[in-house]
Amino acid sequence: MSTATHAEHHDHGHHPTGLLRWLTTTNHKDIGTMYLVFSLVMFFIGGTMALVIRAELFQPGLQFVDPAFFNQMTTMHALIMVFGAVMPAFVGLANWMVPLQIGAPDMALPRLNNWSFWILPFAFSLLLLTLFLPGGSPASGWTMYPPLVLQTGNAFPFLIFAVHLMGLSSIMGAINIIVTIMNMRAPGMTLLKMPLFTWTWLITAYLLILVMPVLAGAVTMLLTDKYFGTAFFTAAGGGDPVMFQHIFWFFGHPEVYIMILPAFGIISEIIPTFARKPLFGYSAMVYATASIAFLSFIVWAHHMFTVGMPLAGQLFFMFTTMLIAVPTGVKVFNWVATMWRGAMTFETPMLFSLGFVFLFTIGGFSGLMLAIVPADLQYHDSYFVVAHFHYVLVPGSVFALMAGVYYWLPKWTGHMYNETMGKLHFWISAISVNLTFFPMHFVGLAGMPRRIPDYATQFSDFNAIASVGAFLFGFSQLLFVYNIWRCVKGGEKATTRVWDGSHGLEWTVPSPAPLHTFDTPPVVR
Amino acid sequence: MSNTTKRWIGRIAAAAGSFLAMNASARADWGLNMPRGVTAISNEVYELHMLIFGICVAIAVVVFGAMIWSIIYHRKSRGVEPAKFSHSTKVEVVWTVIPIAILVAMAVPAADTLIRMEDTRNSDLTVKVTGYQWMWQYEYLEEGISFFSRLSEESNRARQLRSGIDVRGVENYLLDVDRPMVVPVGAKVRLLLTANDVIHSWWVPDFGGKKDAIPGFINEFWFQAEEPGTYRGQCAELCGRDHGFMPVVVEVLPRDEYERWVAANATSGESPQATASPAAVVPAAAASVPVAAESAPAAQLDFDSAMAQGRTVHVRYCAACHQADGRGLSAAGFPPLTGIGIDAAEHVKVALHGRRNTAMAAFGPQLGDVELAAVVTYQRNAWGNDTGDLIQPTDIAAAR
Repeated sequence: MSTATHAEHHDHGHHPTGLLRWLTTTNHKDIGTMYLVFSLVMFFIGGTMALVIRAELFQPGLQFVDPAFFNQMTTMHALIMVFGAVMPAFVGLANWMVPLQIGAPDMALPRLNNWSFWILPFAFSLLLLTLFLPGGSPASGWTMYPPLVLQTGNAFPFLIFAVHLMGLSSIMGAINIIVTIMNMRAPGMTLLKMPLFTWTWLITAYLLILVMPVLAGAVTMLLTDKYFGTAFFTAAGGGDPVMFQHIFWFFGHPEVYIMILPAFGIISEIIPTFARKPLFGYSAMVYATASIAFLSFIVWAHHMFTVGMPLAGQLFFMFTTMLIAVPTGVKVFNWVATMWRGAMTFETPMLFSLGFVFLFTIGGFSGLMLAIVPADLQYHDSYFVVAHFHYVLVPGSVFALMAGVYYWLPKWTGHMYNETMGKLHFWISAISVNLTFFPMHFVGLAGMPRRIPDYATQFSDFNAIASVGAFLFGFSQLLFVYNIWRCVKGGEKATTRVWDGSHGLEWTVPSPAPLHTFDTPPVVR
Repeated sequence: MSNTTKRWIGRIAAAAGSFLAMNASARADWGLNMPRGVTAISNEVYELHMLIFGICVAIAVVVFGAMIWSIIYHRKSRGVEPAKFSHSTKVEVVWTVIPIAILVAMAVPAADTLIRMEDTRNSDLTVKVTGYQWMWQYEYLEEGISFFSRLSEESNRARQLRSGIDVRGVENYLLDVDRPMVVPVGAKVRLLLTANDVIHSWWVPDFGGKKDAIPGFINEFWFQAEEPGTYRGQCAELCGRDHGFMPVVVEVLPRDEYERWVAANATSGESPQATASPAAVVPAAAASVPVAAESAPAAQLDFDSAMAQGRTVHVRYCAACHQADGRGLSAAGFPPLTGIGIDAAEHVKVALHGRRNTAMAAFGPQLGDVELAAVVTYQRNAWGNDTGDLIQPTDIAAAR
């Protein structure tokens, strides 16, 4: 085995340089970097759309954009952030860190790895191209509910095929991660010795394989309804528009855990490092993750309490949804117990992790409130929901991603980032994210529906505050980019361990991690 | 680039200025919480909401309190030695069982309220509510009353892109309609909800919830308002370009006033176009659009009155997408009507039946023969189309 790998590596010595290197690479570190850079670009494109939305909502009345374009912005913002920014960023981290954490020389299927990345730029070119088509982009919300989505003009096939490509990429990425973790762990690395980031990604990868084909099926049915005369979802032809919602959310609910479980993994790596104390309740954390993944398949209709389900259905989905609070609570309690009586320091990754625990928990609370059906009938499709899912996604998933980037950046680049600038980035982000999303709870409770380009005047003040917060948050992310750029270019040399509390195989390879690591598998005791 | 940039900077500056200049009365209206509402159910929902909120706050105080304590006291800079413990089955069990107990305590009252909300029996009044892009139709099945309810003219003018109208000066901006739904106080009103084109959702926060109006489905929702008054809400499900502009307004009247309202409106089973001269048709039709369009034979239209009437109908029903000047809205895929390329028969067919899988709705059920004849005539002759076609109500009736 090891001789074969070596022979290959000599070939790699002559690998192409420049653009061709990135196009043809099969190295997990290169591909991880490409995923991360791609998702950062998408984060800014999706963020710009969010700022168009917030500019229009800064005050009542229509000042900047037509309502049709506004709907295109909300739809594209969501699609790009979900499929283009958050998911690829986690896949990028998995590519970089999973082989390093389990002592594998690379991903198990390197060529597949290359392909699953390179599909993405094409998928998003298709999607972004629709901005320039007559009739504009899809405007029916990222949830693509028929019959509305069937009114989409020229953009419709672009939307469907972009979703197909994203799904294809995700499924291949997930297969690769499962095969790698199952087959390429270093001797002695039993499943229950794996770092939590690897664990959460293993479970996430199974979720991806189970639900992405469901989404692909749903959008294919939309495609045939639109162009081939079928009537899966058209009531006039004997179809059922609500069936689409059931199928979509059977994908959609596990999808939200796809975007949060790896975040749990990152936080579970960082808090023990900076508390200088082992993670509290390791096996409870693993079981809690698995329970959340299981429950995610039996709660989907809580997104649809207003469609007129039978009472028994509403009760079932209310109870199962409330149950999710239990394993999620276990996770939060374990993080707090990990900090308890530790010796904490507060470098940027730790700050983002603490911000995550506080703010994700707030999103968890509003999620629990949303589970209560009678109250949900008021909250549903209001800004309260917008506040809820942005709390779990922005100071949730995105903060965890930033924590992970700051945490592993010295390992990737061999340099320390600028700590002062990192802390500044954290504090501005933490304040502005609350300024943006907290007031949305209030306007939602007071009756402001989501996805509207203009609102009644009593919602003005909180919307103005949210817009100020959004612009502050958006522009403060430039600090993040600048800090990364500087860290890539130079800076204080990073040690092998980087952090004095760090544990795990990734901290045994030099910083920066050389292109090829663990040619000879390490032995884990 | 610089001009556009300057214009945007100007707009942003103007927006910031108007924000700072906001007067105190506007600021007095910070809605912070869910309204209690005016039905027994909405009060129960409010109580549930506050109960759950209270429980969340209590848990937050404990969890965040422990975290903050830990952040303050268990930090390296205080010279502490990290403890070594890493698991305890006992505490894991405790913090699994306690949340389950709390959840059960929350689930019981929630299920109780939900069961009451779902009980639509013994209603006093049934109203069929149909969502359209972008208005509501209310049909009082026993009383024989039927009408459409659309965003009020004043709000509609003010909400146009860069209308130049200060929306803060518009009373009930975006929450006002031309004809509100009217119900008697204290009556259990059952709604039968459906939609004509895409999914909509009927929501009045003061009545304690919302329900989707879905094409091909009939959903039920009920409320029993305890206090007379005007209650306002909006469509809650994204339904296309003007989703934000189809409010729900319900006027709850004392019994006797409601009876008078029914008596005054119950005639609308007959089509107004049967009795009125063409000139009078439009205002009457705007107030109450006939459902039974075939009810009476209509008079022949002459060209000038068709154009005059057609213009009014166009502005009211077609301009949201095709624009008042017929240029359409290419950014949203709404085609222009200028340089019209279809013949009169096709035009009538599209107006009556809509176009499948587009936002073009079927106006056959919404408009009478006279109005449809007038608007098609208008569109075929305005904006330089000059086809010279004059469509008669009989042509429409024949094509239905």
